[in-house]
Amino acid sequence: MSSPSPLPGSPDANDLIGDGMTRTLGTAAAGGPGAQDHPVLDVQGLHKVFNAGRPDERTAIDEVSFSIAKGEFVCVVGPSGAGKTTLLRCMSGLAAPSSGTVRFEGRELTAVPDEVGVVFQDYGRSLFPWLTNGRNIDLPLRARKVPRPDREKRVQEVLEAVGLGHVERQYPWQLSGGMQQRVAIARTLSYRPDLLLMDEPFASVDAQTRFDLEDLILRVRRDAGITVVLVTHDIDEAIYLADRIVVLSGSPSRVREILDVPLGPDRDQLGTRSSEEFLALRKHLLSLVMPR
Amino acid sequence: MTGRPRWARLLLAVWLPVVLLAAWWVASATSDSPYFPPLADILDEFVDEWVLGDAKWQLLPSLRNLSVGFVGGSVLGVLGGALLWRIPVLRRATNPIVYFLYVLPAPALLPAMIALFGLGEIRQMALIAFGATWPAMLNTLDGMRGVDEVKFDTARAMGFGSLRTVWQVVLPGASPQIAAGLRASLQVSIILMVVSEMVAAEEGIGYFILEAQTVFAITTMWTGILVLAVVGTALNYAFMGLERRMLAWHHGSRRIGGVPA
Repeated sequence: MSSPSPLPGSPDANDLIGDGMTRTLGTAAAGGPGAQDHPVLDVQGLHKVFNAGRPDERTAIDEVSFSIAKGEFVCVVGPSGAGKTTLLRCMSGLAAPSSGTVRFEGRELTAVPDEVGVVFQDYGRSLFPWLTNGRNIDLPLRARKVPRPDREKRVQEVLEAVGLGHVERQYPWQLSGGMQQRVAIARTLSYRPDLLLMDEPFASVDAQTRFDLEDLILRVRRDAGITVVLVTHDIDEAIYLADRIVVLSGSPSRVREILDVPLGPDRDQLGTRSSEEFLALRKHLLSLVMPR
Repeated sequence: MTGRPRWARLLLAVWLPVVLLAAWWVASATSDSPYFPPLADILDEFVDEWVLGDAKWQLLPSLRNLSVGFVGGSVLGVLGGALLWRIPVLRRATNPIVYFLYVLPAPALLPAMIALFGLGEIRQMALIAFGATWPAMLNTLDGMRGVDEVKFDTARAMGFGSLRTVWQVVLPGASPQIAAGLRASLQVSIILMVVSEMVAAEEGIGYFILEAQTVFAITTMWTGILVLAVVGTALNYAFMGLERRMLAWHHGSRRIGGVPA
């Protein structure tokens, strides 16, 4: 891996999220002009039951289908208990669907592919407190047998990319919550995944930190040209971040609607969130998610 | 822990032993009971027996048996606990017998050990190892079962294989409780070291104490008890010091507000 870090600015990646992109909508998967052979992620007829055949059988996901094109930022929103985390676990290969398929770049998932990164909600539980931040970030690189000099360089690079160049030798528990989640994000970015899956990554930090982290992830995504799927219960967050939003119904989940977010590639917390389009989308999404 | 200077912490730790020793000294100074000789006499005898005399060599076989037994039992216990964690069927199948052996007072097995291993030091080491195994095993099992599910998800998401997961996630995650188990094992080992030397043995500190008592050398007996107390305390502190170094992350994170392992 001698290529330079993709993280420091490569503005041409901006085009990836322009409105002119070929989009894959619902089950009408890729195959249009200019699209590649496979969508990055293709979820078809996903159905997930827990404790099948037992008295406490519970259907978490009824039927969910969508696909995600390269470079897209897709948010999955739904009310709490809608099986969002289960969906993300199935999408990452951490859990197997009861029926239906999940394909990553055309291959059906059996485990988490090396090119997929997962960021969990609870940084305090996903970071390893017995290792320093640097060694935490080093873990996936070691598992991928990256040579040591490259590993050291990358750890430093990704820490700087998330604005934490100075914490390599500290332990995660010596940092604030927001900083810990940055370390967790850096750990996932260290091996340069093609697809980043995030499960409510900003749910456990305060509002200000949350805005910072949202902007951080938008920047990282733009700089690295990475595909992102982010699960959240926060409608505003979904609109602010996404190119497309998959709205789930309550439990057991189905896809209610998939809608485009035509807000363009450049967003800022104040301007974007107070724009007409944002408010219109917000109203529409609320009407979908709010129980009547 | 913070704010207090080093000397103040040291003072806080030693004041009670010092006061108790002083009380013993004063209370026993005029004692003419043969069972409770003056502490001054005991210390004189201690210098004669343990510093100038040959009694110190009694420590060698004791510490040898203790280290072999404790290390052997601990390794067995941690490996066994890891196996029980990894193979739930084995766990369910052996659960009653493991607890049966755990609550069985190990000294009761001495006659059986003599029958199995004869009178030599092998029997002593085996008994110590037997006693040391169970706390280590049960704590290892508990600690490993308590490792957070999210950590396993994280490991899989990072592409860990099962060996790497055991080494990088399960072992460090369970290490605080493994350490607690090993400490209990150490205490059991010290007890069994002494007990095994008191039955059909010909050397060691337990033998020394019992022998002194049977020939009615009560003052000498007390020196043995004192030495035993010092050795036990030193071993315990050495273990705690080692644990503090190796699990600095655990103590640090707990001080700050707690991160589940």
